Amino acid sequence: MIDTAIFIGIGLVVGPLLGGLVSGLDRILTARLQSRIGPPLWQPFYDVLKLWNKEKTVVNVWQAFCAYCYVAAASIALVLFFLRSDLLLILFIQAVGAVFLVVGALSSTSPFSQVGAHRELLQILSYEPLLILVTIGVFLETGSFKIERIYSWNEPLLMKLPFLFVVLGYALIIKLRKSPFDLSTSHHAHQELVKGLLTDYSGPILALTEIGHWYEVVLFLGFCSLFWATNWIGMIAIVVITYFLEVLIDNVSARLNWRWMLGYAWTMGLTLSMVNLVWLYAS
Amino acid sequence: MIKWLIQKSRIKSPWLLHYDCSSCNGCDIEILACLNPVYDIERFGIINVGNPMHADILLVTGAVNHRNKKVLLNLFEQMPDPKVVVAIGSCALSGGIFREAYNLLGGVDKVIPVDVYVPGCPAKPEAIIDGVVLGLQKFRQKRVEEKSYAGRGDLRQF
Repeated sequence: MIDTAIFIGIGLVVGPLLGGLVSGLDRILTARLQSRIGPPLWQPFYDVLKLWNKEKTVVNVWQAFCAYCYVAAASIALVLFFLRSDLLLILFIQAVGAVFLVVGALSSTSPFSQVGAHRELLQILSYEPLLILVTIGVFLETGSFKIERIYSWNEPLLMKLPFLFVVLGYALIIKLRKSPFDLSTSHHAHQELVKGLLTDYSGPILALTEIGHWYEVVLFLGFCSLFWATNWIGMIAIVVITYFLEVLIDNVSARLNWRWMLGYAWTMGLTLSMVNLVWLYAS
Repeated sequence: MIKWLIQKSRIKSPWLLHYDCSSCNGCDIEILACLNPVYDIERFGIINVGNPMHADILLVTGAVNHRNKKVLLNLFEQMPDPKVVVAIGSCALSGGIFREAYNLLGGVDKVIPVDVYVPGCPAKPEAIIDGVVLGLQKFRQKRVEEKSYAGRGDLRQF
């Protein structure tokens, strides 16, 4: 009981702190890759604190409601992850949150917000099947969707699921809105589609979406850590390497349109997953 | 303590919005010269946003005419409080050499309240940076409750 409470606390408090630090690190790394110095590590926290203390302007009630639901879903997903619950359940809750963010953007009549929301829907459509396939692969190997069981598996999953890990990395680029798939809204192109999906979120509501994003970043880095869960060093190494590659790809690639995204994600993702799943089934 | 944190976060993260009323582009080029990656303003948390709903500081260049006064007022009213307006260049201050023209209202302060005036034709980048730093001091001190209305009545008047 006490353990559960501690894990919930860690999920709710340490999650966003970690997510904010990761995104601060992301911004510094991006700046260094562009031979700039970049903002301080705490920059994302300054941004959120400032936004939190701005005037609350909402387009309509539904937008605010959807932003709160997004944060709630993202935080519940992360807490369930820390409680080592069911992986499938976590992914579904996370998907509900992602859809709420889109509905919030759709509830305003701004064309930029609408276009951004439609693009985000296409992004969800691209990465969700891949995430489910990765989860199925994990299930075939360990025989359980429970994270507790996956963490106690005595062999790194990466050995058996290398292609599925590539697919997960691919889904992660789309999910975390990194270039070349930052179609709906971009962290670095500040004037693309005005701000796309986030155009009509402002002030404290924008801060909420940012906090929700931090929860999601930590959740997905946790997902990556499942692939080398036998020891702490492997776990940290795989997370660090994956995130570094994400930032690197973010900086070396230009933005693609949604046809390329859907085409690449589904052909490459589904093929690699199938190969890995068949291999797993045969061995 | 909380007040100090809020003020610190404001100083550390001002997001700029740049609007060109009817400038000759001289001041705009100087502004963009301050914003380019050579000076890496992201070091100070400054971001040049394209969305008034995310912006804290509005940089305006050029004199206001009858066409764009509504646009300027609209941008200003879409920015959530607290916000700061920095008028840059002679035209934005008073209309400059065009002030007698029949199609102009005059300076930016004819439409929206201006916090900092940066003179020059065009304003030097150093002056612009000084102006924005002065604007930041005002931005830090402002309270959230402090509404800066241009006055809805003005919109009807236009």
